[in-house]
Formats: sequence, C-alpha cells, structure tokens
Amino acid sequence: MNKKMYLRNTGTFLLFGGPAVFAFAAVVFIPFIVGLFLTFTNWDVRIGDSSLVGFSNYVEVFKDKTFLTQLWFTIKYVFFTVLISNLMAFFIALALTSGLKGEKWLRTGFFTPNLIGGIVLGYLWQTLFSQVLPYLGKKYEWALFSSSWLTNTDTAFWALVIATAWQFVGYLMIIYIAGFSGVPGDVLEAASIDGANRSTILRRITLPLSVPAIVICIFISISRSFLTYDINLALTKGGPFNSTELASYHIVQKAFLSNQYGVGQAEAVVLFAVVAVFALTQSYLLKRLEVES
Amino acid sequence: MTARKFTPAIKSLFLYLLLFIFLIPFIMILMNSFKKTQQFVESPLSFPSSIGFENYANAFKKMDFLQGFVNSMLITVVSVILIVIFSSMTGYLFVRFKWKVNTILFFIMLASMTLPFQVIMIPLVMLYGNMDLLNMKSTLLFMYLGFGIPFGVFTFHGFIKGVPLELEESAYIEGSSRLRTFFQVVLPLLKPVVVTLVVLDVLWIWNDYLLPSLVLISPGLKTLPLSTYAFFSSYSVDYSPLMAGLIMTIIPVLVLYLFLQNQIIKGITEGALK
Repeated sequence: MNKKMYLRNTGTFLLFGGPAVFAFAAVVFIPFIVGLFLTFTNWDVRIGDSSLVGFSNYVEVFKDKTFLTQLWFTIKYVFFTVLISNLMAFFIALALTSGLKGEKWLRTGFFTPNLIGGIVLGYLWQTLFSQVLPYLGKKYEWALFSSSWLTNTDTAFWALVIATAWQFVGYLMIIYIAGFSGVPGDVLEAASIDGANRSTILRRITLPLSVPAIVICIFISISRSFLTYDINLALTKGGPFNSTELASYHIVQKAFLSNQYGVGQAEAVVLFAVVAVFALTQSYLLKRLEVES
Repeated sequence: MTARKFTPAIKSLFLYLLLFIFLIPFIMILMNSFKKTQQFVESPLSFPSSIGFENYANAFKKMDFLQGFVNSMLITVVSVILIVIFSSMTGYLFVRFKWKVNTILFFIMLASMTLPFQVIMIPLVMLYGNMDLLNMKSTLLFMYLGFGIPFGVFTFHGFIKGVPLELEESAYIEGSSRLRTFFQVVLPLLKPVVVTLVVLDVLWIWNDYLLPSLVLISPGLKTLPLSTYAFFSSYSVDYSPLMAGLIMTIIPVLVLYLFLQNQIIKGITEGALK
C-alpha cells in the first residue's frame, strides 16, 4: 500500500512538475553552477581546452582598467537614469491621480514607450540624435546640437540616459499610481481642511505614505538599468572608441567577440554583486522612512 | 469659484502638452517614415509632401519582415503557452503536495529570480553550443520555458494558495484523476493570473533581443528585433526605410495595446508589485 502510494506520488510529481523542473534545471540552474565553475578556469573557445586557475579571473577583472572604467561609467549612467525617470514618473503619476478628465488617455500615452523593445527604441533615438537634432542645431545655430550627440563621449552619455529614462517613465508611473491609490483620501481631506497647503501635503503625507512604491520603483530601475544592453547596442554601439560601453555590453563583447569566457563570466558575477549591493542598500535605507497611515 | 474650476482644465492642458512633447520622438519617426531619404535629411521637421509607402515596401523586403514576423509570432505564442501550462501545473503541485522536494525546488526557483540573464548567458551559450543545439527555434523555445518558469510558478503558487480545496475534493470523490481535476476544475479558476502572466511574458519575449541574438544565427530564423539590424549592415545607414521598418515593428504591439489596454496595465502593475 505504502509503495503504491509512493509510486503514485512520484507519478504526480513527474507529470505536474517534470517538464518545468527539467527546463528550469537545463536552462537556469545547471548553467548557473557551470558558470560559477567557469570563473575558476581559463576556458577558451579557440583552444577548446581548460584548466583550473583559481581566482586569477577575478584578479584579472579588478586589474582590467577598461572594465573598471566602464563599471564606473555604468554606475553614473544608472544614477542619472534612476533619478530622472523616477522624478518624472513620480510627478506624472501625482498629476494623474488628482481626478482630472482624460486621465486614462494620458496614462495610456505615457506608458507607450515601454511597449517598444530596447533595440527598436535605441534605433529610434539613434535616428533622432544623429540626424534630426544636428539639423536643428545647424538651422537655428544651437551650439548644443551643432554636432551629433553620439560622436562625443559626454553627450553620448546623456543620450543613453535620455533614451533609457524615456522607456522607464511609463512603467514606473504605473507603479507610482498604484502606490498613490493606497494613500487614504480622508487623510488628505483632513489635512486640507486643517489648512495644509499642497506642498505640505506632498511632503508630509503623500511622500511618506508612498515610500513602499518608491522603494519598488528605485529597486526595479536600478536593477534594470545596470543590465542595459539593447539600448547601448542600438544607440552608440559602445562608441566613440568604446567610451560608452556599459558593463553588460562589455561582458557580451568579452565573451562572444574576444572569446574569453572565464573572464567574461567573472565580470558578469562581479556585475551581479554590484547590482545586488546597490539595490538592497537603497531598499534598506529607504524602508526606514516608511510610516503607517 | 471660477478659479477653482479653471485650474483642472489648465492642468489637463499642460499634461496633454507634456504628453505631446514626450511622444515627439515617436511622432518624428512616423512622420519622416513617409519621406524620401533626401527630403528627410533636408527638412526633418516638415510634413511629408505626399504620403508614399515606398519606404515601407522597401523596408518590408530589406528586413524580410514577413519571415521575421512569423518567427516572432511563433516563438512568442508557443513559449507563452508552454510557460503557462507547465508553470501552472508546477505551482499547483507545490501548493497541494507539501513534500520536502517540492519545498526545496520552490525555494531554489524563488532564489533564481534574482539572477540577471547576464550571469547565465555565457555558460548557457557554451553548453548548448557544445551539444550543437544552437541555431534552432526549438532550443530558443525551450530556453524561454526555462527562464519563464520561476516567475510563472511563483505567480500561480501565490494564487492557488487562495483557491479552496472543497471543489477539488468533490471532483476526486467522483473519481476524477489528479490531471483531469487540474485541467477541468483548477485551471479555469486561474484565469486572472493567466492573463497577467501572458501579458508580461508576451511583452518580454516579443521584444527580447540578447537571447535570440545569441541563439539564432541563420537569417531565416531571425525574429523581428533581430531583423532591424539589416538596416545597419552596410556602412552608411539608409534612414527612410529604417524608420518605416521601426514603425512596422512597433505597430503589432501597439495594436495589441489598444485592444488589451486595461489587461496590460493591470498585468504590469501586478507583476511589478510582486
């Protein structure tokens, strides 16, 4: 009887969980373990041979000036992308929850760029930055746009930030709207009856009560922008002279163009650690500001 | 009193203006996609002198749009169906049968959701390359299934926990098998979560670039995001067909969005808040 039950349960497990567990193991779990192992070998596709090299790949990562420069470039990019996209999303969401007519249409409109994949979005901005803006710069003699933003490292940086923020705003706005609808209306009404003005209400009530939404939005935007690849590829291709390669782009190049799987994988692990530290630290710090209504 | 009534109108107007500015990049590309390259270069801000579809015909051919569209459609639809079926079954298994192995597997899947694709990508390509499994649509489908499982299982797990046991028990008493009970009694109850998951997975897979760019190499297998690269293959970019190609790539998702707006917004909200 017991054995029959055991067989039946095994059958249920294989039937219900078998395909999912198999695909998960073969695509995520095993590659992850192999990946960790890979960082301790000098695997090279061209030779097809490998031996254990200890921590030398990680040492290489921290000696690789290019990667460290790009990591710093990525951190700056993440900072400004997160800041700009969250500020815009926050205030648009605030305006779109004040009971205006046509809120739904406005919401739909602001969300649209988020439906476009990074590669298409990148080409779209590439066209604007390399063709349309220089045209404006020449016609109206705007020094700011006189040459394409993509040919200079500093301006290409801002092109990346703008294109990414454009994609994020709608998505973050949706989360902020959901967060604001959790702010009880009677609290707001009581405050305005007591004579609090708009900016006081925003600072003292709406902001503290929407801390959970802010934490989620910053968490999501940090982890996404740290991993940006598509927009980087389509907009600048890492140029001019590899000066705008974000970490993720660099890793892809390292692994699949230079064929350095071990170092590339070690860099991916380091990037993952950096993302985790930033995302978790902000959650920890901001969560302490949380209050109950 | 009049001042009070007036302000919302101004605010609305201001927001519509802001939206217009926000959407200018899109409008610019749409407008210029009807012009000849020369007219675009000379006056990108003017309205097109005539609405011509040559750019579209051109782009259609250059990026092999039909092939790309069919590939994208096939890969998205099949992957999403596989993810929904297998992750709902696994979510059900994990909720209803509290065996130790299930608890451990569920924990591993949850933990794996924090891993970025970049950490898996290199060994993944290496392993499947060694087994000669790259450059096949079925491999890509299988990979999407694997990557989609953790979030799918997590989503269904959370919902199935709240589904009362009585319905299933009465089905069992009537002699229904575990599999039949799941598909006839449980799955229909999961509709709201299915919609959420489908929305999120369709947007992810349809727009994904990095994974298919690593797996699919032959031109005939390329998905739409990969096909757009065709415009950049030569030294100088021909912008007019490129813009038409971009618009054609965006339109399918936009049409879907217009029809399923509420579900998409709802799906995004729920997906993000988890």
